[in-house]
Amino acid sequence: MAIAIGGRTRRLRRIVVGQEGVLLAAIVLLFLVVGALNPRFLAETNLQSIFLGNAYIAVAAIGMSMVIISGNIDVSVGSLIGCMATLSGSLAVAGWPIPLSWLVPIVASMAITSVMGFLVAYLRIPSIVASLGMMSILKGSLIIVTGGAWISNLPDGYALAQMRPLSVPMPVWFMVVLTAAAAAWMRYSAAGRAIYAVGGNAEAARLAGISRERVVMMVFMVHGLFAGIAAVLFATQLSVIQSTVPPNLELTIITASVVGGVSILGGTGTVVGSTLAAVLLAAIGSSLIFVNISPYWLRAVQGVLILATVLADLARRRRQAAHR
Amino acid sequence: MATADPRAAMPGRLHGLMLRHEMVLAAILVAALFVLSLQTDRFLTTDNLLNQGRLMAEIGLIALPMTYIIITAGIDLSVGSIMGLCAIMLGYGWKNLGLPLELSIALSLLIGTIAGAVNGWFITRVRVPPLIMTLATLALYRGLAEGISQARSVRGYPDWFFVLGQGELLGVPTQLWLLLVATVVAAVVLARTSFGRMLYAIGSNETAARFSGLPVDRCKIAIYALSGFTAGLAAWIFVSRVSTTRSDMGTGVELDVIAAVVLGGTSIFGGTGTILGTALGVVLVQLLKNGLALTGVKGDATIVVIGSVLILSILVSNWLRARRGVD
Repeated sequence: MAIAIGGRTRRLRRIVVGQEGVLLAAIVLLFLVVGALNPRFLAETNLQSIFLGNAYIAVAAIGMSMVIISGNIDVSVGSLIGCMATLSGSLAVAGWPIPLSWLVPIVASMAITSVMGFLVAYLRIPSIVASLGMMSILKGSLIIVTGGAWISNLPDGYALAQMRPLSVPMPVWFMVVLTAAAAAWMRYSAAGRAIYAVGGNAEAARLAGISRERVVMMVFMVHGLFAGIAAVLFATQLSVIQSTVPPNLELTIITASVVGGVSILGGTGTVVGSTLAAVLLAAIGSSLIFVNISPYWLRAVQGVLILATVLADLARRRRQAAHR
Repeated sequence: MATADPRAAMPGRLHGLMLRHEMVLAAILVAALFVLSLQTDRFLTTDNLLNQGRLMAEIGLIALPMTYIIITAGIDLSVGSIMGLCAIMLGYGWKNLGLPLELSIALSLLIGTIAGAVNGWFITRVRVPPLIMTLATLALYRGLAEGISQARSVRGYPDWFFVLGQGELLGVPTQLWLLLVATVVAAVVLARTSFGRMLYAIGSNETAARFSGLPVDRCKIAIYALSGFTAGLAAWIFVSRVSTTRSDMGTGVELDVIAAVVLGGTSIFGGTGTILGTALGVVLVQLLKNGLALTGVKGDATIVVIGSVLILSILVSNWLRARRGVD
């Protein structure tokens, strides 16, 4: 992509004016403005609650971004995270070794998204329909199995999300390391590039010898991995697990991906963008209270934000097309 | 999409294809009716079925324009949020702005129509993909409903207001009449008018439709506006049925509606689908929910069955289509 002459400036320019740059600027601006209006916004406890409480959304948005880049969507991810968090907590309470109660939900999550991947890739069911069906199945099963009871009395040492290696909270470690790893994988590995190829132009990808079926299958499995990790982070951040599906979680995750610059048309976007967007969304949610706006307006703000991002993306594409 | 040979009489072939899907659905419906009526004698009674018709009206109404939209290869995820916004505006206009209730109803229908038209305008003029546009307004319209209402509910409507949601006409729930009439009109428009044919043309090949001089953009804006209007109508019925207004009304309705439409054989890729199929889909979902609940399955557990039926029905119809393709 980078052309030898002027490659560096071009790359620099892309970082500054690209979606990631815009998001970073928006985050800094938000913290400065809201911090100036109300210094308590920048208090350590508030910053903690912004990052700790929402890191799992950023982690789930990584997988969701891959799904969307490949030209698909998964509306069941919120229910999946709810189910896997409950599974994790139930195993821990039932006396399973703690590492297993972290690992089993991740594997189970990958198994479930593999089923979805199989339906989408090989049986050619549109992902919106497959995940819609899966959402009903997961949501219903959760209620059948748990009856909506809360899980408490979790064993010591289970609370992964409350650990602080090198005095940095664990969810932040997960968010940063996983984002970096996924970004590198998507940018430099053949498998990662194949996701862009399939999402950008499935026919061209096929002619280049890339199997759409295999790539879509792989994407859904990787998505399951991230959703599973997100579920464990979600389950371990408090001392009780509510064993219900967090309302609108899928929408928040999809919003993070889209606002992060993942084009719903498929083929473009980065996971760095989606993580920054998850942070921005969380910061906006928290800031409303500090500038005395009723939190009931949060969703309207989110909607405007998605719309603005999409419009900016379309405008940019059109400008690029005109330059060519 | 399935017909590899465009020279073969497309409408006829397409018709045969759809008929098959509807036959499958009708068979499932009859089987479900039979099995469920054996399980409990409270299921197959006139009272119960009429009551189910009452509960079905909102989903059924919204499913009609949704069928149109999906036939044009679009989607509208914002219907549940429009329903919430319209419900809030109905209550807000009457209680907080002091409008007469009739005017407030009209205002809420107007707002629903505008909300839908905004979707349509962005989708056609700015070329925002329908999925993402309506996902954005799913958040935006619900956010407006929550912001305007500040989670306060409105109650205490006058008696005449409840006729639509709780009243009866010749022994049949009022809103069921409305649903029946709307379904017949929607079916006739889709199958027998040039507007209906245009929807299929747009869904099968939008570029070709454009080059044929069809007013594609205007048509799309119209159906999204219709979808918004219908969501407003459903909000009115809903508020009248449950006697109160809340900002979370209609949450998740989009999924029920899309499930019913897709279950009814309308392809999410556009170009095929019928109102009859949608009607069967709506009835099947409602009766499954009700029948299972009566046989002692816990309320929310029935959605497991609906999710499975949704996936299975698509698998079966894909399989039928593939077999026909081979012939």
